[in-house]
Formats: sequence, C-alpha cells, structure tokens
Amino acid sequence: MKPMRLIIVAVGGQGNLLASKVLGEAALLADIPVRMSEIHGMAQRGGVVESALVFGDAQSTIISDGEADVLVGFEPAETLRALNKCNARTTVITNVAPLPPFTVAIGKSHYPELDQIKSLITAKTHRLIAFDAAAQAKEAGNLMSLNIVLLGALCRTELLPLTTDAVREAIRTRTKQAFVEANLRAFDLGYQAAA
Amino acid sequence: MHKLLTDQPGHRMLMLGNEAIARGALEAGVAFASTYPGTPSSEISLNLFQIAHQTDLYFEYSTNEKVALEVAGAAANTGVRAMCMMKHVGVNVAADALMTLAYVGARAGLVIVSADDPYMFSSQNEQDNRYFGKLAGLPVLEPSSVPEAKEMVPYAFELSEELNEPVILRTTTRINHSTAVVALGNLTTPQPAGHFEKAPLSFVTVPAVSRKLHVRLLENLARAEALANTSPYNFEEGDGTWGIICNGVSYTYVADAVRDLGIEKQTRILRIGFSHPLPQARVKDFLVECEKVLIVEEGEPFMEEAVKAVAQQAGLTLAIRGKGVNLFSRLYEFDPAMVRRVVADYFGVAHTPPAVVDLDDVPEIPARPPTLCAGCSHRATFYAVKKATEGLDTIHPSDIGCYTLGFLPPLGMGDFVICMGASTGSAGGFAQATEQKVVSFIGDSTFFHSGIPGLINAVFNKHNITLIILDNRTTAMTGHQPNPGVDMNELNLDGYGQISIEALVKSLGVGHVSTIRPYNLKKSIAAIREAVLFDGVSVVIAKEKCTLYAKALKQLHGKAFQITNRCQNHRDCIRDLGCPAFYLEDDQVRIDPDICAGCAVCAQVCPEHAIAPVKASP
Repeated sequence: MKPMRLIIVAVGGQGNLLASKVLGEAALLADIPVRMSEIHGMAQRGGVVESALVFGDAQSTIISDGEADVLVGFEPAETLRALNKCNARTTVITNVAPLPPFTVAIGKSHYPELDQIKSLITAKTHRLIAFDAAAQAKEAGNLMSLNIVLLGALCRTELLPLTTDAVREAIRTRTKQAFVEANLRAFDLGYQAAA
Repeated sequence: MHKLLTDQPGHRMLMLGNEAIARGALEAGVAFASTYPGTPSSEISLNLFQIAHQTDLYFEYSTNEKVALEVAGAAANTGVRAMCMMKHVGVNVAADALMTLAYVGARAGLVIVSADDPYMFSSQNEQDNRYFGKLAGLPVLEPSSVPEAKEMVPYAFELSEELNEPVILRTTTRINHSTAVVALGNLTTPQPAGHFEKAPLSFVTVPAVSRKLHVRLLENLARAEALANTSPYNFEEGDGTWGIICNGVSYTYVADAVRDLGIEKQTRILRIGFSHPLPQARVKDFLVECEKVLIVEEGEPFMEEAVKAVAQQAGLTLAIRGKGVNLFSRLYEFDPAMVRRVVADYFGVAHTPPAVVDLDDVPEIPARPPTLCAGCSHRATFYAVKKATEGLDTIHPSDIGCYTLGFLPPLGMGDFVICMGASTGSAGGFAQATEQKVVSFIGDSTFFHSGIPGLINAVFNKHNITLIILDNRTTAMTGHQPNPGVDMNELNLDGYGQISIEALVKSLGVGHVSTIRPYNLKKSIAAIREAVLFDGVSVVIAKEKCTLYAKALKQLHGKAFQITNRCQNHRDCIRDLGCPAFYLEDDQVRIDPDICAGCAVCAQVCPEHAIAPVKASP
C-alpha cells in the first residue's frame, strides 16, 4: 500500500495528540499499517505540537519537508508555518479561528491577515479547506472537540486509507465516554463543512 | 487495571515507544525500577510508577540518576531483575557508578535505558551515549522501531544475565515519542525478594580486587562481541554490492530510501541493533561482499570509525564513508528525504528531491515560544529579584527546569546554564572571580538532585552568594513527578518521607535563610533585598505550588482578575511581567479570565491599582 503522509499541527491544549490517537486506533481497527511521531516541546506552556502519521508501507515515523500528502492545522498561523511540509499536490485543511501568540496579544508582533494565509496556501498547494472549526465545535456542544471537527473534515476528503466508519468507531471506543456524543456531533459537523 | 498489564498475548495495541519499553520490562519480569525523570524518557517511568501501585513491582523516583543507578545496581546484585531509566545527560550524572558497576557486574539482569535527544528537542546538548558503552565496556542495544523496542527489553535482560553485566538500551527521541502497533507477549511474574550473597572479592573494589575485575570485564566484552556476531538484532537485507550499515531510526529511513529509489537489487544493508561491542566478524563478512559502503548513523561517527578499523585490519581498501561534506552531519536528527538524497548521491542514482513549496512570499509568522504559565510563581520571584537588585551589577546563574525560561524578556533572569545543579557551584566561581553580586536560581527538584554539594561548597569556602530556591513543590518541567520535598499524602500515597528544604539549608550553616511567598511582592522584595545585602551565603526559599500541579490537585482557588477603568495604560503589567493572560483590545490591556490563575501579582505591579478581581456575577 502506497504511503500516505499526514501532518497535524496545533497549539498546546488543542487536542492534537488525541486526534492522532483516534486516527491511529482507527487504522489499528481497520488493519491499516500506521506509525506516528509527535513533538510536543513544552506543550502545556503554550508551544506548538506537531504530529506526523504515516499510513501504508513505509517504516519512517517522521515526514520530511515537502512530503506531506495532507496537512491539518488547528490554528491558521500554525498551518501557514507548516507549509514547508507541503508540495503542490498537498491538500490542506485548516481551522480559521486564530489563537494569537502572546507576542501578538501584547502588540509586539503582527499576526498575518487571514485572507493572506488562505490565498498563500491556496496558491501553493493542491487544495485548501478552510472553515471556523471552533464555531463548529461550540455548536457540537464542546469547544474542546475542535480536534474531532477537523477529523470529520479530513475524512470527507477520502484521502486517508480509513473509512469514516472506522474513525467514528475509534471516537466511540477511544475517547472519554462523557464526550462521545459531542465528539460524534463534532465529527459530523466537520464532515459537512468540508463538502 | 493499567493498559500495559493487559494479559492477552498476541493482542495488538497502539503504543508510544516509552510504553512499549515499559511493557517489555513487564514481559521480562522486571522486579525493580528506578529513575530520575527527564525527557524523552519520562513516560517509561510514569507508566511503571502507576503499575507499581497495582503489582509487586518496586518503583522509585530517586534523587538523581547516580542514586537511581546505585539503587538498581544493588537490587540486581541481590538476584532480582532491575531497570534504570534516564535521559542521555542523566548518564553523565550516573557515570561514576556506571564505570565501576561494569567491573562488579550484575547477578540478575540490569538494564539501563539511555534516552538520547538528537536535535535537542528538550535538552541542553545532543551527546551520543553509545560512547558510554565503549567507555564502560558494556553492551549497547539500539532499537529501530517501537515494536522492536519492546522486544529488545527482554533480550537485554537475558543478555545481561548471560554476561553478568549491565546492558545499555539506547534510544532516541524518535523511538521514545513514536507510536506504533505492538503485539503483546506474555507477562512474567517478577521474582520475589532477592538475597545478597556476600562476596567481597567480587564486590569491594579495592585496587587488588579491581585489577581482577577489569580482566573479567574484558573477557566479558569478548564474549559480548561473539554474541553480537550472531545476534538476531544484527541482520542483513539484500545481496547487492552497495553496502549500507545503519542503526536505530536511521535504518527506517534507509529502508524507505532503498525502496523509493528502486535499488533493492543493488544494495546490501547491515542493520546494527547490538552496536557495542561492534560485531567485527559480521562486519568483515559484510564488507568483503561490497564495492563501497555508506554508514548511516545519527550523531557521532561511532560505527564509522569502528567499521573503518575492521576494514584496515582485514586489509580491505573499499570506500567507507559516513560523516562529511555532502554526506551526513554530526548535527541534529536525520529525516527520510535527507537520507534518500545522500544514499542516491553516494551510489550515483538519479533521484527527485521533494518539491518543497516556495516560501519566499510567506510573511513572518510570529513565534510561539514556550512561556512561564499564567500564575507561575517563578514570574513573581524573578520580578521580585529584579526589583530587589535594582542598581546592583548582578550575575544570575540558573539551572534546569521551567524557570530556565526566565532568561527570556521581559524578566531576563538567567545568565549561565549548563547542567543540573550547576547554579550553586558556578555561583561560587562567579562570586570569587568578580566584584559582581551573584544571585542564582535553582528549582526544588534540581536542588535535591545535585544543587546541595554546590551550596555546601559555598558555605565551606565562604563564597558571597545568594541562592534563590524556586520551590514549586514538584518536578514541574517533566510532568509533576514527586521529589523528596513533595507531600506524598496529597497524592494519596503513603510510605514516603518528606524533606524540609529550609531545615536542610539551615543545618548546613547558611548564614541567612528566609522563606517567601512570592505572590506577596512587597514582602518578597524586602526579604530578597536583605538576603542580597547579607555578606556571605544567603538562601531565599520561594515557596508556592506550581499552578498546573495545584490545578491537577484541585487546589487552585484564585479568582480571575480584570483591568478596571482606572487603567491609565502605563502597561507596566505587560512590560515587566509578560504574563500570557494579558492581551490588547482597542489599544487597552485586557486579562483573559480563562487563562488568569488569580495570582494577583499584576495587581501589585500596577501603579494605578487598576487591576482587581472579577466580581462574581449577581
């Protein structure tokens, strides 16, 4: 099976590692080869969390610059920052609700314009799916389900060698029982948003 | 029940590399485990700590890596299998014990996990700990994948028992923090309590004994090499004449590169998983089949130099390359495309580099550096030290922990950081060699780890220093592991002692000791000023629980603060404190109530007293 390489970037606390885990568990359920790696620096202290997931026949657990087939960004500036992982055939999915870094919040540096972020990514990659995943997560009943909203959008692209059912099953069995309903709603909203 | 105790052999589970290593230890019947936490090794310990509460496994967080290894080394010599985990620089701390433990050996399996960190994702250097195997004369095993990491642990215990020597399992961050599917093996019940059989001529390393033990060690090393020559962890793939020798995660990049380049038929790979002592016979047999050879290893040219020595001895003159210009670097970690490019170039194969997008027109993206958390008491202490030392020419040696971040603006507290505990020792050197006032910083866990001897040194040699002990009641940086100052009853764990830093410091004869609550700025500044003006060794203990830890213990009760309409936009709060709860809206400072921890430090800094608690809604 040809390798499929996925990068997920987020700010610490946005649930990147859980999203990766759900995809990994879905691959395990579906018997699809998967390996992943994560770098979380000082995630609890506001840093960036990057996960790499490699599905199919490859042994590496990391993804070189220009070699991601799909990039999912939980925060628009972080999506833009990870553009070095992309090539002209990459599909990019991003949340558009910003979480400005502290230096921006106190006026010491400038956050790029959202329209500029979107047009740059659109120009340089195969396809950009951009929407307010934070709003969808709130609609699903829990802002913390933003990660699952984006998994819904990711599944809609049909780029992963995973069925939507397998991912839903992983959400049902591998996320906290108290949040399963909200998570499944979030997944469906994300799935619709990426139409 | 802990998921790593799942007793279903053959069951497949998604595991982090560090979980796989912990599971491997349980399958090996580990009875005893010790550690000092350090990224990227910490989750091995965390899992074993949790599991120890549910099984007969003994686990401890030791004061430092040297103590951890002494504890585990003693246990293994009573006949129980023991494992000791640490990050790569931790082995430096444990090195004194390690070097002679190699002479003494181990009666039951003793596995030392060294978690190296190429690229320094969370470390102060990227030293290559394979050299510790060479320096101590001990076997080194290096897994290439998460499933192999689990398999290698029981093998490491068997090898240790076959040789009666400790075995080093050397990983890198991309093993520790990768995740893959692992098939469970059989759990083994640990041996019950050990018993120490006295044998002073084997265990008491006076010179006459050590001269014999060194002979034994070298004999063991020769036996280890014979085992490495036939080890299943040193294997070949392919039967071409383009040779590639690789280890660890580099093997996975090589395997992908060879397949992507379509050169399976031309190549012959020797994957070295049992890397010290180098299996010389195996390497020689490999070299004679090759036209030229490329060595692919992150870090230092450890294998490259040894392989070249083998070739020289065998009179082989083929090209053997690894590190160098247009080849591999000794810096940082490797990645699949880099390895593919070097393999293609070295063997003269056409390849297409990845088509990276052009980033020239991408605007500068604001950095997102880690910062001290909202409500972190270190921020308050750093601010208080800054105020208390205004007008003085100061040097601030600092240490390893969250508070290392204090060196960043706006606090700028931290001038010299090298290793755990060095803030106390280096303070004395700065004080003695300059006319500057030295005020150094160390965390509670780091103070217990290796800060105490430096403080004793300062008292004995009468250095004029002030040491600020940032006592946040936990080992925060690595994930809130216990340390000897922690009240374990708060974690519902009994059977532990507790050490008072204040009583300890006083007992050393420190001339001036005070304890502050850093959230009270006025009193803190006054106490620090007094300590700084004291001629001799003074210690200030800044005692306040880490906010994240307090939150986890449900002890965080502070109410969020807000900016009231008294604000005159001086912005001292933002400029001097840099708390991540602040933001600007319509050119006015605001406080995000979801982030604010209610420490009230900014309220004390504001010249207009414009920062007040959010009133509870009626």
